[in-house]
Amino acid sequence: MFGYYLDLALRSFRRNKVLTTLMVLALGLGIGASITTLTVLRLLSGDPLPQKSARLFTPELNPLTAKDSSGAGPAPMGDLVAYVDAMNLLRAHKAQRQAAMALTGVKISSPRPNQSPFFSNGVMTTADFFAMFDAPFQYGTGWTAQSGQDAARVVVIGQRLNDKLFGGRDSVGKTIRVNDRDYRVIGVLRHWAPQPSFYSVSLSQDSSYGNGDSVFMPLRSARADKMGPESVNCWQSAAGSLETSPSCAWLSVWVELVEPSGAQAYRTFLANYVDAQIAAGRFHLHQQWLPNLMGFLAQQQVVPDDAFLQTWLAFGFLLICVVGTVGLLLAKCLGRAHEIGVRRAMGASRVTLFAQFMVESALVGIAGGVLGLGVAELGLWEIRHEPVQYAHLAHLDPAMFLATFAVALVASLIAGILPAVRACLVAPAPQLKSV
Amino acid sequence: MDTQPILATLRRHKLIAVLLALLVALTCAIVCNVTFMIRQQIALTDLPSGVAENQLVMIESVNLDRQANQIEAHKTDLAALRMIPGVKSAAAVLSLPFTGINWSSSVPPGRDAPGNVVASLFNGTPGEVETLGLKLIAGRDFRPDEYIPLDSAHGEDGINHVPAAIVTRALAERLFPGQNPLGKSIWPGNGAVRIVGVVNHLLRPGVDAGNDNDYSVLLSMLPDTASITYVLRTAPQNRARVLKQAKAVLYRVDGNRVLRDAMTFTELRAHYFRRQRSMIGLLLASALGLLLVAALGITGLANFWVQQRTRSIGIRRALGATRANVLHYFQTENFLIVTGGIVLGVILAIGLNLLLMAHYQQPRLPLWYLAVGAVALWILGQLAVLAPALRAAAVPPVVATRSV
Repeated sequence: MFGYYLDLALRSFRRNKVLTTLMVLALGLGIGASITTLTVLRLLSGDPLPQKSARLFTPELNPLTAKDSSGAGPAPMGDLVAYVDAMNLLRAHKAQRQAAMALTGVKISSPRPNQSPFFSNGVMTTADFFAMFDAPFQYGTGWTAQSGQDAARVVVIGQRLNDKLFGGRDSVGKTIRVNDRDYRVIGVLRHWAPQPSFYSVSLSQDSSYGNGDSVFMPLRSARADKMGPESVNCWQSAAGSLETSPSCAWLSVWVELVEPSGAQAYRTFLANYVDAQIAAGRFHLHQQWLPNLMGFLAQQQVVPDDAFLQTWLAFGFLLICVVGTVGLLLAKCLGRAHEIGVRRAMGASRVTLFAQFMVESALVGIAGGVLGLGVAELGLWEIRHEPVQYAHLAHLDPAMFLATFAVALVASLIAGILPAVRACLVAPAPQLKSV
Repeated sequence: MDTQPILATLRRHKLIAVLLALLVALTCAIVCNVTFMIRQQIALTDLPSGVAENQLVMIESVNLDRQANQIEAHKTDLAALRMIPGVKSAAAVLSLPFTGINWSSSVPPGRDAPGNVVASLFNGTPGEVETLGLKLIAGRDFRPDEYIPLDSAHGEDGINHVPAAIVTRALAERLFPGQNPLGKSIWPGNGAVRIVGVVNHLLRPGVDAGNDNDYSVLLSMLPDTASITYVLRTAPQNRARVLKQAKAVLYRVDGNRVLRDAMTFTELRAHYFRRQRSMIGLLLASALGLLLVAALGITGLANFWVQQRTRSIGIRRALGATRANVLHYFQTENFLIVTGGIVLGVILAIGLNLLLMAHYQQPRLPLWYLAVGAVALWILGQLAVLAPALRAAAVPPVVATRSV
């Protein structure tokens, strides 16, 4: 039966080439636009560490007075905390793993002669960083808590930097110069660039979707060599260094907890910590937050408004295309009243006619999907040439490939319902008379 | 033309008429809003920066010797840069329009003045106004003795004791409406800073859709950071050569530095607005795509309609209707349907705009966009229906006698 419907559908397309082409064109454009924007939106709002994100949390504190933090929204400092708070949280060891981190721009000079120095992004952090974030090592390992304490000049480098400096070979034990100091390579990461780069969100202005950081150094060593954090937020006139000032926030702390009991315990610990700080006169409000990774990204509104706006626009476009297709299908089906009358008279039931017309719409939908795929590839190609940080990530993955056809089928079947119902309602007798 | 028979016919073909009107309404709603977005993006890229854009080149230098006296280093560099043939003047600045390096501060017109006006602060070496080509419309440039002494604090603390400021006209009008701003004071830090001059324009380092893009303050204060931008003013045709020589000169003066972002101001502007330009392209493409789909839909349905009514057209022709009558019949029919769609579309457009205002900080849609959108859709409808209507007009009266 299905084969027969297909045959009928193809015959009808051949009879009505112009209408069919118009329908496929309209659906294809709408689907292409929607899939392009959906791909971008999915990529921007994705989970950077799907296997672990539910267990990663970042404590947020509010050291401001009620007056200063009014109107600033939840967590006015994001997850930035002062050095003293970061160290207190780390030393408490209340989580399975915990690390503090800040970003810093560094100058890297190659051990090779005649390669000029260049700037790159560095992360200053503590020992648990790699294990906690599942950063994959290609060679070597991270540093131990002890060598972090001792401010050892050791560094873990990213794959791209290793390719650039050492041609991708095992460089563990070699030396690179970071801000004119010798650092010994103890580990090389495999390509690692979580998208969005969740740990950079508060630490830097515009690095939510990067290509991965290139050097990772122990916090103490980097600070001993005067490397400065990219983002510093002081709420009182600051005196002394970043380490001694109790009123400058520049570090993020992330902790790995056992859900759900761990999170509850950590919340209690955090509340007690804030109480102690209020008693000491440092903080003023009983406010603290502990969002998990995805909660933090949502709170920080990492996905740009542009991306949402474009998606809405594209689906508005698709809606217009579907309405247009409904009209065209309807026109086609009303023009076939004779044929329908004959089929009904020969014993076809309303249900079979309905099915026949839906098969025809589905066929239009699949053709539209194929065209839409082409349009989406074109759109993504265009986005890859756009000056946005996430440009290099815009590719159609298998899931979106399937989604294209799902959207196409759903759109065309919705468009087909009304014309198919109209077709079923054709009364056979009057049609037969005039033949 | 009598619309009575047309309305009667439409009542018998409700479904298709409603679909057509819906198509027009949705198109109207989205295209009006998209056009408005395009207009806003274009307005942003057209903002005047206030500087002599086609005469400036910039180069950013990062001194790697953090212990060095940066103010002295800037002075040495500038002296060397001024020797390059073709350089009319040179200055060291922390920031420029479109660099994104933004030092924002509230600038109340009194110690505890109410209201909160935020402006961007610019510092630079003497001659900055001249080098950038800013147009002084009142007052004067800074005097050499107004720059804060070398041995006192610069940077963040400098704003507490800097004596003089030059503000943009927009900021002056905002702070002192209807008054002469010269001699008045602003309080960016904990001291009064006297306004000695007013410039026509100076765009903030980053611009957005707001109306405070021109709120800038120049302070008589030297930049003291290791990372500094040198601006050179030269004739437009010399820019590439001067930029190349500037690099060589700076490396010769002191090799322990990193030079980056060497470019002309024209390039900086183009670079800054890349994202806006691609956004404009995208919006334009989607608006055109929408209109195309709407036109295709109207043509397709009108074509079908003509085909279905061939016989009745033949009868009308046989009864004495002229070709023009038939043509006008279909054109009027299209006009009526499109009008219905536009009425609905205007309501939808306003609704969509309200939604965007609530969620995406869009401003209110000016009503004349709706008027333009309506006219555009009427024209689009008439164009789309023209071919089918002509086909209808060409139906010969003899069709009436056939196959009845």
